[in-house]
Amino acid sequence: MASSNPSVFLLMINGQIEGGNFPEYDDLYCKYCFVYGHDWAPTSGLEEGISQITCKSRESHKLIWNFPLDITFKSTNPFGWPQIVVSVYGPDVFANDVVRGYGATHIPFTPGKHTRTIPMFVPESTSRLQKLTSWLMGRRPEFTDPKVVAQGEGREVTRVRSQGFVTLQFNIVTKDLKKLGYDTTPGSSEAPPITGLSGTDQPYTL
Amino acid sequence: MASTSDIRDKLRQKRRAFQESLVRVRDDTQALVSMAMDVNRDSAMEDLAGEEEPAETLRRSLKAQRQRRKKKLLEEMAVEESQTGADEEEMEDGEEEEDVETSAVEEVSEVQSIQQSRGRSETEPETESEAAARSFTRSSRDLPPLPMSRPSSSISESSMRQRMREKLRAARSKAESLLQQEVPVEPASRLQSLRDRDTLTRFDRETEPELRHVPDGDSSEILGKVKFREAVRRVRIDAQREAGIPTGEEAYNFFTFNFDPEPEEEPSKRRKKRRPKSEQAEGGQEEEGEGEGEEEPEEQEREVEREPAREDDEEEEEERDEEAALVRDGEEDLFLIEQSSQDFLEVRKAEYIGYNRRVQRESELLFTPSVRTVPASNKLPDNMQPRYLEEEGLYVGERPVVSLTNENILENRILRQDQATKWFGDDGRIIVLPDPIKESSTRPPLFHVEGDLDPSLQTVYRKAIKSKYAKRYMPGVGDTQGDYQLDVDVAGLIFSHHGLFSREHVLGARLAQLYDQHLSRQHKNLTRLLTDKLSGLRNTIRNMLELHGGQGLSEITQQRIAEYKQEVKITRQMRDAEQEKDRALLKNIVKVWKEIKALREFQRFTNTPFKLYLRREEVDRASDEREHEAEILAEVSELQAESWEDYEKKVTEYKQQNEEWKTWKKKQKAMKKKKKKKQQSQDEEEDEVEEESEEELGEEPTKPDPPEEPDLDAVERQVREKAARIRRKPGEPILVPELTASSNITPNEQCPRAEFGRRQDVLKRSLFVKVLYNDKEVSRTDSRALTADFRVHFGQIFNLKIINWPESIKLQVYETVGSSTTQLAEVFVPVPEPSILTGSATSEQLEFSSNQRVTFNHEGVGSDVPFSFEADGSNRLTLLTSGKLSCCVSWAIGEDDIPLAPPMTHASAGINSGIMQMDAIACIGASGLNDMKKLGKWAAESRLDPNDPNNASIMQLLSVVSGGEVTVPDYFRLEQLQEEFNFLSDEELDRSRRFRLLRLRTQEVAEFRGYKFVPTLEREVSEKVFQDYEKRLRDGEIVDTKEHLDAHRALVAKYLQKVRESVVNRFLIAKHHFLLSDVVLEEEVPTIGGPGAGVLGLNLFKLAEPKRPLKPRRKERKKVTAQNLSDGDIKLLLNIIRAYDIPIRKPQASKPSVASKSTRSVTETFTTGHSSQTAMQGTDWPFNQVLVRPFVEVTFQRTVLQTSTAEGPNPCWNEEILLSFSAPNGDYSTTSLQSVKDEVFINIFDEVVYEISEAERERERGGLYAHVERHWLGCVKIPFSTIYRQSRIDGTFKVEMPPVLLGYTKENHLVSDGGYDIVRNLTEGAFITLFITIEPQLVPGETIREKFDTEEDERVLLASEFFEKDAMQRFPDRPCLTTVIDINGKTVFITRYIRPLNPPQELLDASPNNPQETMELVARYVSLIPSLPDSVSFAGVCDLWSTCNQFLTLLAGDEEEHAVLLCNYFLSMGKKAWLIIGTAIPEGLTAYVLTYEQSRYLIWNPSNGQYYGQYDTFCPLQTIGCLINADNIWFNIQMYDAPMRISFDVTKSKFWKPFFSRAFSYPGLSSVQPEELVYRRTDKAAATELQDRIEKILREKIMEWRPRHPTRWNRYCSSTLRHFLPKLELSGGRDVAEEHRLELQSLLGEYRISGFPLHLPFSEIQPIIEAVYSTGVHKVEMSNVEFALAVYVHPYPNNVLSVRVYLASLIRTR
Repeated sequence: MASSNPSVFLLMINGQIEGGNFPEYDDLYCKYCFVYGHDWAPTSGLEEGISQITCKSRESHKLIWNFPLDITFKSTNPFGWPQIVVSVYGPDVFANDVVRGYGATHIPFTPGKHTRTIPMFVPESTSRLQKLTSWLMGRRPEFTDPKVVAQGEGREVTRVRSQGFVTLQFNIVTKDLKKLGYDTTPGSSEAPPITGLSGTDQPYTL
Repeated sequence: MASTSDIRDKLRQKRRAFQESLVRVRDDTQALVSMAMDVNRDSAMEDLAGEEEPAETLRRSLKAQRQRRKKKLLEEMAVEESQTGADEEEMEDGEEEEDVETSAVEEVSEVQSIQQSRGRSETEPETESEAAARSFTRSSRDLPPLPMSRPSSSISESSMRQRMREKLRAARSKAESLLQQEVPVEPASRLQSLRDRDTLTRFDRETEPELRHVPDGDSSEILGKVKFREAVRRVRIDAQREAGIPTGEEAYNFFTFNFDPEPEEEPSKRRKKRRPKSEQAEGGQEEEGEGEGEEEPEEQEREVEREPAREDDEEEEEERDEEAALVRDGEEDLFLIEQSSQDFLEVRKAEYIGYNRRVQRESELLFTPSVRTVPASNKLPDNMQPRYLEEEGLYVGERPVVSLTNENILENRILRQDQATKWFGDDGRIIVLPDPIKESSTRPPLFHVEGDLDPSLQTVYRKAIKSKYAKRYMPGVGDTQGDYQLDVDVAGLIFSHHGLFSREHVLGARLAQLYDQHLSRQHKNLTRLLTDKLSGLRNTIRNMLELHGGQGLSEITQQRIAEYKQEVKITRQMRDAEQEKDRALLKNIVKVWKEIKALREFQRFTNTPFKLYLRREEVDRASDEREHEAEILAEVSELQAESWEDYEKKVTEYKQQNEEWKTWKKKQKAMKKKKKKKQQSQDEEEDEVEEESEEELGEEPTKPDPPEEPDLDAVERQVREKAARIRRKPGEPILVPELTASSNITPNEQCPRAEFGRRQDVLKRSLFVKVLYNDKEVSRTDSRALTADFRVHFGQIFNLKIINWPESIKLQVYETVGSSTTQLAEVFVPVPEPSILTGSATSEQLEFSSNQRVTFNHEGVGSDVPFSFEADGSNRLTLLTSGKLSCCVSWAIGEDDIPLAPPMTHASAGINSGIMQMDAIACIGASGLNDMKKLGKWAAESRLDPNDPNNASIMQLLSVVSGGEVTVPDYFRLEQLQEEFNFLSDEELDRSRRFRLLRLRTQEVAEFRGYKFVPTLEREVSEKVFQDYEKRLRDGEIVDTKEHLDAHRALVAKYLQKVRESVVNRFLIAKHHFLLSDVVLEEEVPTIGGPGAGVLGLNLFKLAEPKRPLKPRRKERKKVTAQNLSDGDIKLLLNIIRAYDIPIRKPQASKPSVASKSTRSVTETFTTGHSSQTAMQGTDWPFNQVLVRPFVEVTFQRTVLQTSTAEGPNPCWNEEILLSFSAPNGDYSTTSLQSVKDEVFINIFDEVVYEISEAERERERGGLYAHVERHWLGCVKIPFSTIYRQSRIDGTFKVEMPPVLLGYTKENHLVSDGGYDIVRNLTEGAFITLFITIEPQLVPGETIREKFDTEEDERVLLASEFFEKDAMQRFPDRPCLTTVIDINGKTVFITRYIRPLNPPQELLDASPNNPQETMELVARYVSLIPSLPDSVSFAGVCDLWSTCNQFLTLLAGDEEEHAVLLCNYFLSMGKKAWLIIGTAIPEGLTAYVLTYEQSRYLIWNPSNGQYYGQYDTFCPLQTIGCLINADNIWFNIQMYDAPMRISFDVTKSKFWKPFFSRAFSYPGLSSVQPEELVYRRTDKAAATELQDRIEKILREKIMEWRPRHPTRWNRYCSSTLRHFLPKLELSGGRDVAEEHRLELQSLLGEYRISGFPLHLPFSEIQPIIEAVYSTGVHKVEMSNVEFALAVYVHPYPNNVLSVRVYLASLIRTR
């Protein structure tokens, strides 16, 4: 019985990149991708996407993308829980496309609707001269790989500047997570482990 | 003003007197007059400033004085203190009261002068300043105070000047404003007028009125903000005026007027101003008089430090004054205008706010704390003197070090806050805890010995115990089921005093209190008890005496009686005391009641319901009297007896003493006599001493006075008096007070206004109580209004369900007035014993009080405010708000009557049982832990009751300690509860397959790197997963000899593998160290000019260059990081352009030649003409013969592609070949790519077309058939790693060709004969021009960035770093190498590798007469050692250099190892040799060897033993970076780096930059190489065996490669070839072709033969097979083909084997 004894659990993410708050910039678009561990694999949906360019409205001064996210992961191990990495780009004074912010957040692991506001940041130039030239040339420092922001390794060498916020909305549905012994719903930590598990298997708690 | 002027006069007089005296004393200071004038001026300024804050200066001087005082003797201290105390009081009360003592004046000027000199500068020598200060007083009188600038003005002086300037300015502006006030039309202040003008010039006239308001409004805002300050200031200024301090105006006059006519005015002023300060300062110095002068310098030093700060303060004060003056002038106007302006405005343009104004505005919003020292007066409550605890002898901890500036900033910031003063302690400094950091480490040193671990430190595994409650302090772990519940019952509270009490209330409360006391006393009835006891004791004594009849009393009985008597005495005294108290209480009650009555009478209303009744209880007078009398008599008799006893005792004592005295007297007399005799000649002094000593003797037993007889009457009198005082008179009725609350309270309407106000206020108040459990608020009561009788009833019970052990239960009483809530008091409720349950618990009255200060303007007496009942205000009382809270805390009872209390056992240990369980001493305090002895001492001193259960744990501990066995652990554990969190043992964890899998993956073990989908459940992880890994681990130990043919090689391979693993591990660690460039993509800093990317420099000019579209430029390709690549993304791009000197077919013996001619096909004929034309230089060849039809076949990763066929020995293909590349395991990371071992084989073949035979043609009718045969001509191998590293290979390569190609010949036969002829090599071998690159370009892996250990001298390392950096800067593309890493991973200086080493002797012996041949042989020997690039074996790791003996043992190495070995051999052969570090094709960065021979330089390629002349065009060496020999490194600084264009003369410093020069001489580095190389003779038999095995394997392989055709072996040919091979080996592969051909002549007649010998160094079998495969001999598909194979292995010393494989295919031509 596959249904009663699952070996993988599923994580379904619906949602959207609602918008951002970048006080000084306009005409931005954003790009997202997911970073996940070895034990994870997307089963359906888009792993990466680039949104439309959006302009600020006159009143609200907020950028609204409403860019949908829809992806389903399967996994055997909560280690390496997916993170979404959002990077925002837009033209600078000379209409060069430059990066306006990187940000990442873990996908919420409790089922339900979640709204996350993630702070965005960009790497800083190493020197003032470079700052000037990068401004002139329109080649701001960028991360070699936006996925860097989802991991800790190598971050110690960078200096970043904060740059605004991006708001994301997630609707999370999980399947079989509880059956595998991972209880992510809050408030029910006292609940006994599912009896379907054999005695030798230690339930791992997040 | 009058009084101050009086004082001034007085002072002036005194000063003058003093000055005169000073002049008299010190005439020699006259010379310093001019200097003193400055001082004079300065001090005048200072005076002005200093005057403004008398209180402050006072404090300062006090402080200073205190400091000084420390130095003085103790006895002086006492005097001083009393005096200063007096002084201080005087100061405070006001200057009017000042009284100057004449004696003090001298001191005044002393101190003053000190202060002045202080103000001047620190830099001046003290003596000078002192002198100047002294002389100043005089000069000030003599000379007018003209400001004179001194050239050597010090810092402080300049600040003085500045201050003066400011002062002047302020005064001037004030004067102006005064003038302006006289003209009412003008704006009030000058400032404002300026502003108005400003607006006029800037703006339109229409907008003018509006605009004008704006600034006004602004300034008024500012005014509003600064108002509070201003108020303060005004008050201060007023005070100043009163005190006769000059205002700004005065100051202005002072400086502008001419003071000449009145020269004495100023000093006198100053004197007067200095007065308070100086008087304070002088303090106790009066006694010291002249001696003072000597001490001064030291004091000055101290004072000087403090002075600058003080000056700052004064400055600040001045500034404020200035502001205040301005503001006050314009105040009213500004407000008026502002109000009228706003109403009419609707739309406005955006308003420009000027910078200055914005700054001003910001200054309103922003507060920048000043860094100046805050005067102590600001930090303390008013009228408080700073108090220094340390001087009072109290211990004050050392304050943590905070810089003065920061402290000042903080203080200034705090002072802005409302309750600023609470931050400051009594000494006017911020309250800080003492510095918590200990100077020395308190952690005991850890002497850790392996294995010999303290048994108590040994880790013990204990299984986690599951507990219901996670908390540590939870009582009853594991054995309880229910929760615990505490019931907190807050019944209510009664105020015993409250701020709103009226006087009557106060009295009423007192009455109630007294009455309560009375009741409780009555309840206890101690008097009765004691009286009974007394009578009982008396009876006992009487009985005892009666029993024994007054005689025959035994010792014991007597003692007993004495004891009883003693007890009687004590009891009686106690009873008397109690009786007295009773009596006093009663009296007090009556008195207070009377007072209440009087008060009610007086105020004509009643506030309290109290009413006291005194109930009389009549007594029987007679019996009462009798009792009374009896009592007295009994007492009297007892006392008499006691006093008799006493007397008797004294008498005996007296007698004894008298005796003593008498004997002593006698003795003394005797002594005196003796002494007189002896000491007649001695002088008085000694006599005195003698006398003294006698007196001392005499003091001891004074002559005792005989004791007086006890006055028995007096005793009786006393008793009676006492009785009258403390007892009821006999017959007097017993008064029993009864307090009732029955009196009527006057209703509100009838009360006077004040009382009414009070009652209203009471109604406004309400109270509530917060319940705090373990310092957390759990609930609070409802807010209840305060009743008129100051009782609040709550009556609420809170049920606290608890989990944590109760540590504290706290009730906080809050009072609410309107919306503000204040905490009145905090009451701690003891945690109840478990036995106290809700039903049985009694309510407790807990007293509380609050020190809140409350005052009212109505009848309420307030709290913490003195008030009095008397009309004249005497007998003041100060009452604090206090009261009683009645509450009850108990354990609840559950539904089934089970008490919800924790079990007894825990509770009995005490309240903090949780902690105490952890550590017995912890409950006393952590300090106890440190020193057990101290604890013991403390316990002994404080007389702990050993029986008190509270102390049980301490006593137990102490008993252990005193027993000498201190078991308190002397170690400290940070995570003592850690093991409780280990939910599994490590073994279990290891056993888990899933966990193991996860762990291996994290460790990046090769097999599991990037392993996907670790199964969720343990049982799903199969054992198979680990099979490979475990196998590898197992194989690590076993050496597999089968694969390697040679045991030695196998071992070496294993060793290499291990080294590689360790290096790779190291690399893995280093890989996780990131550089910024790894993470962030950033543009390079544009260089100005310079080669290449001069963005800002040359490139700017390039922009202006005309575009030249026809001149193509190479564009840099974008580099791709190798992470997001997949299979097929990477392509290998080969551009095969052309080849030179391809061998040409040799004409067959006449018969075959004809045959070939005849078989020429039509198509071929057509092309022949063309090809023959290109081969025009062919010498004796028939024109129409095909020379060669070569094509190129490229093999990479078993993909084979080929070009079209060209013709002639110099073909031109110009074809592009695209090969796709796939990385091993699909891993495209840099490391993986670097370790790709694949090679690109570029083989050149000759395409030969043979027509099929007639017979066959007949069979297959109707067509032309031809056999296409391909003959291998040569090959070029380029490892992928080289391409990857270089990213682009472009050049002409020498084609590796066998020395003999059967059937082919070289076109040119210019055989060399003269040794090192330059042209010799020109035509030897064919060449091919190639261009290889990877598409897209990959980022080559970086070398490891790890700093390695080293044993080199720091100096050398530094120099080498510098040298390399310099080289890099000047010639970025020339390699420079000074240090390398040896096989152990240590940095070694490169010259250490060069050392002459002996080559194998047999090589030298081979041709002793021909050094050239020997050299070639040696080179060949070196080249025979297999080459294994380091970057392949140690992926991503930098080059490792092994020494020569390591190299020979490993028999594998990189170019540099070969080069080093070759160089060393050459050196030992006496040649001049250098190591060349440069770049070559195709190796890239490599090492070659340079030798100097017969005035010619030769470049040796160590990898293949070839050598080239300096001017050889085909030399693969392209760039020469540096030359290295044993003593030095030379870096090429010539213009060119190609070997052809440079000079090798290293002595020319213009061309070569030496590492060790005259500036940095060669330190004589010892070599890392061994002294001598020892060679093993290689076993010939083993070589033969190997030879056979290789042959066998090759035969099998070839047959395997031809699965569809039979493979026939021509044995005859094979044996011929086999014979031939050793000769080839001996000759080194040259000059044998002809001979060879002849030998094969016999065969050639019958067969068409094509074949060649291959020559390979031996390392493994696999490369040999690969090489054979790549020749494609096996691909001949003719049915009648035969093969010949011969293998020869030639053993060289030390297991270096040369393998030659002769391969031929034979086709019978019939």
